[in-house]
Amino acid sequence: MNDQANFTTRSIQVAFLAIMAGVWYGLTKTGAVTPLFLPPMDIVYATFMRLVQTGQFWSAVRVTLFTIAQAWIIAVVAGLLVAYLVTRSRHWTAVMEPLIASTFAIPLTLLFPVFILFFGIGPASKVAYAATYGFFPVALITIAGLNSVDERYLRAAKSMGASSFDTFRHVLFPAAFPVILTGLRVSFFISFASVLGGETLSSAAGVGKAISLAAELMEPARMYAWIVFVIITAVSLNFIVSAIENRRREY
Amino acid sequence: MSESTPFRAAAAGRPVAISIRNVSQRFGDAGSPNEVVAVDDMSLDVRRGEFVCLLGPSGCGKSTLLNIVGGLFPATDGVVMVGDKPVKGPLPRDISFVFQESTLFPWYTIRENFDVAFKFQNVAKSEWASRTKQALEAVNMGAFIDHYPNQLSVGMRQRVNLARGIALGTDIILMDEPFAALDEQTRMVLGEDLSELLAKTGKTIVFVTHSLAEAVFLSDRIFVMTARPGRIKSIIEVDEPHPRSPDFMLTPKFSELRNQAYALLRDEVRQAIALAREAEAAHA
Ligand SMILES: Nc1ncnc2c1ncn2[C@@H]1O[C@H](COP(=O)(O)OP(=O)(O)OP(=O)(O)O)[C@@H](O)[C@H]1O
Ligand SMILES: [Mg+2]
Repeated sequence: MNDQANFTTRSIQVAFLAIMAGVWYGLTKTGAVTPLFLPPMDIVYATFMRLVQTGQFWSAVRVTLFTIAQAWIIAVVAGLLVAYLVTRSRHWTAVMEPLIASTFAIPLTLLFPVFILFFGIGPASKVAYAATYGFFPVALITIAGLNSVDERYLRAAKSMGASSFDTFRHVLFPAAFPVILTGLRVSFFISFASVLGGETLSSAAGVGKAISLAAELMEPARMYAWIVFVIITAVSLNFIVSAIENRRREY
Repeated sequence: MSESTPFRAAAAGRPVAISIRNVSQRFGDAGSPNEVVAVDDMSLDVRRGEFVCLLGPSGCGKSTLLNIVGGLFPATDGVVMVGDKPVKGPLPRDISFVFQESTLFPWYTIRENFDVAFKFQNVAKSEWASRTKQALEAVNMGAFIDHYPNQLSVGMRQRVNLARGIALGTDIILMDEPFAALDEQTRMVLGEDLSELLAKTGKTIVFVTHSLAEAVFLSDRIFVMTARPGRIKSIIEVDEPHPRSPDFMLTPKFSELRNQAYALLRDEVRQAIALAREAEAAHA
């Protein structure tokens, strides 16, 4: 991207943020929205600054991030493994791919109470729920990526006597890597959303729990402070992931 | 053995490197309308150190036959023997391929591409670097060892592709239109290199091409194939020792052989075009 285009893109992005802030400011200052539903920005900011100085804040963040990391790692390992096994034969791809895709089409949120039932109210239920949800994009996108690898590379590897594992390691995986990366990224944000959603619905600790608690206790400033924190985290993570992806896109 | 039977003179005493016996290949379900007979009962022998060309209209089964010989898939019928081994799968120690399009892996540098090829083929690690260097220098690409394939032009990539096929060090190289993507000058230079390689190393090469000049310049024998289903229509023998100099192309003998090949091929190409039209009409 050249500098000019880059500048334009950035300007639009900054303008978007400015407009959102403006709308927030306008709605609260004019009294169009009661502060009970949406407190003014400066109050949320002050609450946020106070919040981050408490130990309680960081312990909630630690619980949530740890839950997300566990869920995502399980989702990635299981997803890659299933995709590898399924794509080893055309037959199994034809059988499994539609099965996995249609299971993913079910709103798994409906099954959240089942996870609570099985794994309890602690972080384990959130790990299981988010890992299950995050598994699907990894598996589906990796299956698609592995199946779309150019046949001629496979033919060349075969003619040179590559073993099945060598073919995976040196041909299939690197060829599908850019696509697989997309799967990992989608899966990460699904795990992120699932953990927070799960915590909000039912849990003993974590950021989601703090948000639902603040809502229950009618402390909107506190609730929005937490939400702002989640937004900042999500945006920064997305930023980091994009930067890594752009670096990898060299060949 | 007379002058007029050059093949026998040059190669009759040598052992058979590849023996193709009654090989047929059908695609699609037998009897169904989409059944294609790509190769029909072909038999031929290639002797050690021989350069053999398959010449034929598009779609007549040349690539199919080459892939069967290389063990990439089994033939519907028939047997292929390499030396005294029946071909049942790839024989990476005996046969290497150079495909039409570059099959260098774009995610690896040239060096890594060679390394991974040696690894696939189980070559001792101590030999990798010197073999890579030697093969690249043979095609004047030594300076590009740390480049990615996409940083090279199409012609350069194909030269490296050729070098990789040679570096694998097999006695047999199967080449499927390796020069099709190159400009004519590069093609000619590489053709000369190949002729020299043949003279020096005595490799057995089966080569597919659409270029009459290339076929005559490089081959000891040219197998002219019929339109689909592919059969051998005729064999042209080129009695000229390797390495061949570009001057060979200026001789009356060269033009005569070239014309002979063209005359044999012309009807088949017409028929292949008619076949394609028919298929299109049936489809519409
Ligand atoms: N995997 C396949 N499935 C079905 N049909 C195939 C398959 N591979 C080849 N064919 C058919 O077999 C015939 C011969 O194909 P092949 O690629 O061997 O031709 P070719 O002589 O190499 O042609 P070209 O000179 O254009 O490369 C063609 O009609 C093609 O459509
Ligand atoms: Mg072909």
